[in-house]
Amino acid sequence: MSSPVREDTMTTTPVLSVEGLKVATASGEEILHGVSFELRPGKILALVGESGSGKTTAGLACLGHFRQGLVHTAGSVQLAGAGQAGNLLDLPESQRRKLRGGAISYVPQDPALSLNPAMRIGDQILEVLQIQGYGSSDADRRARTAEVLAEVGLKNDPAYQRRYPHQLSGGQQQRVGIAMAFACRPAVMVLDEPTTGLDVTTQALVLQTIAQLADRHRVAGLYITHDLAVVAKVADDVAVMLSGEVVEQGPTDQVLYRPQHDYTRKLLAAVPDLAGRRQIGRVTAITGAQAVVPDPAGRPSPEVPEGREGRNLLEVADLQLAYGSNQVLAGISFSLRQGESMMLLGESGSGKTTLSRCIAGLNDDYSGRVCLDSEELAAGTRARTTEQRRRVQYVFQSPFSSLNPRRTICESVEVPLLMTGRMGRKERRRRVREALDQVRLGESYLDRRPRDLSGGERQRAAIARALVNAPSLLVCDEVTSALDVSVQASIIDLLRSLQHESGMSMLFVTHNIALARHISQRMAVLQSGRIVELGSTDEVLDNARHSYTRELLANVPAL
Amino acid sequence: MSVIDSPQIIAREVETPPGLFRRLIRQRQAKVGIGLAAAVVLLALLGPLLLPWATGYTSTEFAGRPFQPDGMLGTDNLGRDVLSRFLGGGLRLLMYAALATLLGMALGVLVGMTAAYRGGRVDGIIMRSNDVLLALPQLVFALLAITVLGPQGWVLVTVIGITHAPRIARVTRSATVNVITEDFIRAAEMYAVPKWKILVQDVLPNITGPLMVELGLRMTYSIGAVASLSFLGLGMQPPTADWGLMINENRIALVVQPWGVLLPVLAIAVLTVGTNLITDSLARAAANSNTGASK
Amino acid sequence: MTSIILRRLATSVLILLAVSVLVFVATLLLPGDPAQAILGQQATPERLAALREQMNLNDPAWQRYLSWLGGLLTGDFGVSAASGGPVADLLGERIAASLVLLTAASIISIPAGLLVGTYSALRHGHTGDHVVTGTSLVLAALPEFVIGIALVTLFSTTVFPILPSVTMAPPGEAVWNYPLQLVLPVMTLVLMVTPYIARMMRATMLEVLDSGYVEMARLKGVPERQVILRHALPHALSPVAQVVAIQLAWMAGGVVVVEFLFRYPGIGQALVDAVANRDVQVVQALSILVAAVYIVVNLLADAVGILTNPKLRTGGAR
Repeated sequence: MSSPVREDTMTTTPVLSVEGLKVATASGEEILHGVSFELRPGKILALVGESGSGKTTAGLACLGHFRQGLVHTAGSVQLAGAGQAGNLLDLPESQRRKLRGGAISYVPQDPALSLNPAMRIGDQILEVLQIQGYGSSDADRRARTAEVLAEVGLKNDPAYQRRYPHQLSGGQQQRVGIAMAFACRPAVMVLDEPTTGLDVTTQALVLQTIAQLADRHRVAGLYITHDLAVVAKVADDVAVMLSGEVVEQGPTDQVLYRPQHDYTRKLLAAVPDLAGRRQIGRVTAITGAQAVVPDPAGRPSPEVPEGREGRNLLEVADLQLAYGSNQVLAGISFSLRQGESMMLLGESGSGKTTLSRCIAGLNDDYSGRVCLDSEELAAGTRARTTEQRRRVQYVFQSPFSSLNPRRTICESVEVPLLMTGRMGRKERRRRVREALDQVRLGESYLDRRPRDLSGGERQRAAIARALVNAPSLLVCDEVTSALDVSVQASIIDLLRSLQHESGMSMLFVTHNIALARHISQRMAVLQSGRIVELGSTDEVLDNARHSYTRELLANVPAL
Repeated sequence: MSVIDSPQIIAREVETPPGLFRRLIRQRQAKVGIGLAAAVVLLALLGPLLLPWATGYTSTEFAGRPFQPDGMLGTDNLGRDVLSRFLGGGLRLLMYAALATLLGMALGVLVGMTAAYRGGRVDGIIMRSNDVLLALPQLVFALLAITVLGPQGWVLVTVIGITHAPRIARVTRSATVNVITEDFIRAAEMYAVPKWKILVQDVLPNITGPLMVELGLRMTYSIGAVASLSFLGLGMQPPTADWGLMINENRIALVVQPWGVLLPVLAIAVLTVGTNLITDSLARAAANSNTGASK
Repeated sequence: MTSIILRRLATSVLILLAVSVLVFVATLLLPGDPAQAILGQQATPERLAALREQMNLNDPAWQRYLSWLGGLLTGDFGVSAASGGPVADLLGERIAASLVLLTAASIISIPAGLLVGTYSALRHGHTGDHVVTGTSLVLAALPEFVIGIALVTLFSTTVFPILPSVTMAPPGEAVWNYPLQLVLPVMTLVLMVTPYIARMMRATMLEVLDSGYVEMARLKGVPERQVILRHALPHALSPVAQVVAIQLAWMAGGVVVVEFLFRYPGIGQALVDAVANRDVQVVQALSILVAAVYIVVNLLADAVGILTNPKLRTGGAR
């Protein structure tokens, strides 16, 4: 958010200031090592950090709340205008409770888990108003409930208020959460990743709502997030957190465009960029000017116009799949050339994962044709030949789920070898070691188990499993969405280099359009089981033809 | 930019947590449980070996007149030595309970894993049959079988095993379902790993926690069930020495000859409390392990 | 919502039918001749043949099953082999007596279990919680007769001889006219069932208290009392109702041991006698009865589940 009218950030007094806050676990390990920041009326401070940086703990401390097993050890939280000007953390629990929902309120990360599923949404909002004694009568409070629902852009008729959370969409649930937090007109709102899990269009709406509320009603906001592009869109000031410490703090423009601290720079460098100006990882972005795929002779080929050269490795024709009345895939056709990388873009529910699983043979309920080198593949991996199975490989979304926790990395990675050929134990181990080298994991990982690996390392091991048999086509299903942004950059980097080295084709399935120029030469946009846009990445991004693609492009936050 | 998560930079996140067994015996409660159960198990195993030289009688031999304070702890309703009957009376109970539990586990795990893994109609049929068996309480089911087939040992073991099976199958099924929705199972499917191998290599090792808990729980119940049937006079038959039967035989004379009732009651109580303490500790140890670790 | 309930109802009827088949098939496995069993070894061939005719023993099994099932539905449970009288007459009073026992035990143990479990969850990690979990762990391990004998030793024979250890109502008089005799059997059942309900209530409450919506309610400034009553408890009811149902059904089995121990003239005692005498008709009738109780109680638990879950109540439409 930007409010060019009021540029008096420095002159207004802070409404909430956190000073030297230290929090430790019950066993004595310190989580926050002296965090300080200030919130000013009408301004939003973004608290940015990767998972485990302590940003949520710091946010909850502003409300005087510490999760089970955490204790406050030092520092203060001063809340102005709350009657007693003093340290919020010194107040007894009963008085802190009175401030919550009134002077300072909280918007949770996942509204689906945080709204009471057995209570009507109107009653949930009314409850805060009753506790805080808002207005003078129940009629007042009902009026306010209706008013605040309108303020966050929801319907407010009695029938709507009588709905249960499960009868709303994710975006609507989140706005109910915001309405609940805003009902008593708080001085401070703490927003904990409120747009995670929403699609970009809904995210844009929610961000707009938040910015308007802050601006119009002079609410001070603390916006906790890991997404720097969102920060650019919504925040006036930024504080960057790294393992329990604020390492850089300042106005948004300064922190995002003239970062001082190394970590901030690294973080920023890892953010994918729709325009492809920045490079994430070692490999530069794919733009119209350069191609990725070397031709067989080894020199980089110029961008090949479709159909002129290069045979089609994968052809998908009229793929359909329905579960009952739910048409998941409604006639998908496209092709992928040898050595080409293609992005399959779609939001949750668009059918992109189903499509990629049909191709990989993990789903055999479809009708239509999937051909590899003009040879039709049977539905389902078990029906395919060993060679076909070897040539198409699939990498799963979550590396926390795709490796058996009870088996060593070597045991997991050698499975494809065991199933495709008669290879001795030694030979298999050698091949596994090579694959691990390819994904930049050393020999020392062979006998470790997944729980000893970080998320990024696990994903590398999962990629090694797909590579161990030298596939022709690699299907990557949202492989970076469970990972932090810096890890995402390194994985994208790795996939690009691997594709470069081996000349395999790649189908990169994702919901994140910002990655397009970093990974793909061509892209297909999927909406409700149909491809609505198909073309080279530049064509699609620069001259989108379908309204859905244009809407996506308009709403994607950028740095 | 350099790669942030490159292996050299990332520190080890967590120390490797110790295995289920190590986490189990770290708990004081588990140590107490193991101590209690082991004491009774030893008594039951060694008791028969001590007869007759330790007490002078075998467990079925008549030592004198009924309910007299002869010998160390007196005589029972037929004049047999109470201590001898007590020493000889635990082994069979323990054996039957263990066999019934193992039978139930084998059946239940097999059926539960099949139901979860096959899914669809097979799952439906298995789980509905389960519901039918569950509608009869364990004891009533056992009594029905005993009415028809008589109170032989194999009937007791089989019927108690069978009544455990649907309950174990239910637990196994839900544990298996949790595991098979994980992507590493899909990965194995993708590589066309034979189904039995997936079950043995990928599923079974990841559900040992809940299965061990179930084993402990069913053992506790088996002991209770075998003892209860004997206590009703419908399990072990006279003149066998058996703790459950002893209680049945001697309970009319609780005041004159309390040992005949109290010794076996105490032994059964200590044993079941011991196994239950172990089971509860196992459950805690298993809950901490988070095997199917998704984020 | 009604369609869900109707479907559950249909499933329950099917399960009950399947149980009846199971129970009936069991009797086919019985070695020997039921008519012989009733009339004894000295019966003349003519009388045997007549009784066989009367009991339809010459008909094929499925016909006998159907007529047996028809009998069950019309209240005709067949003829007891041991007493020679109709099973229904034999069991009428005993069912009433057992119901008294079960009802009294439920009325005490369900609220007690819920309260103790909630208390334990709210005092999580404190001494009160440790005492509750420890005690319930021990009690849950013990077979019914162990608890019963311990109570008899404590309150009837050795320590405080204040309560009767056996039920001895004169024939024809109802058991509930002697309330003192009911104390020990009821207490045994209560001690047997309460720990399970308490443990489940505790576990469910802990889970609910750890949920996002309870944390959110606290962050909204909702007073702790209201957090528990309004945001936590309603969500704990459905899983606990399932456990209560299972416990009540289990009590129907456990009551056999308890009645035998206290010589209480209920169905449990009748069942033990019938098994000892191999009185198949009685065992069959009681098995079906117990299964029916189990199914009805489970249906009630499902109803609680549906009523406390708006997703099921409103049909889950988005």
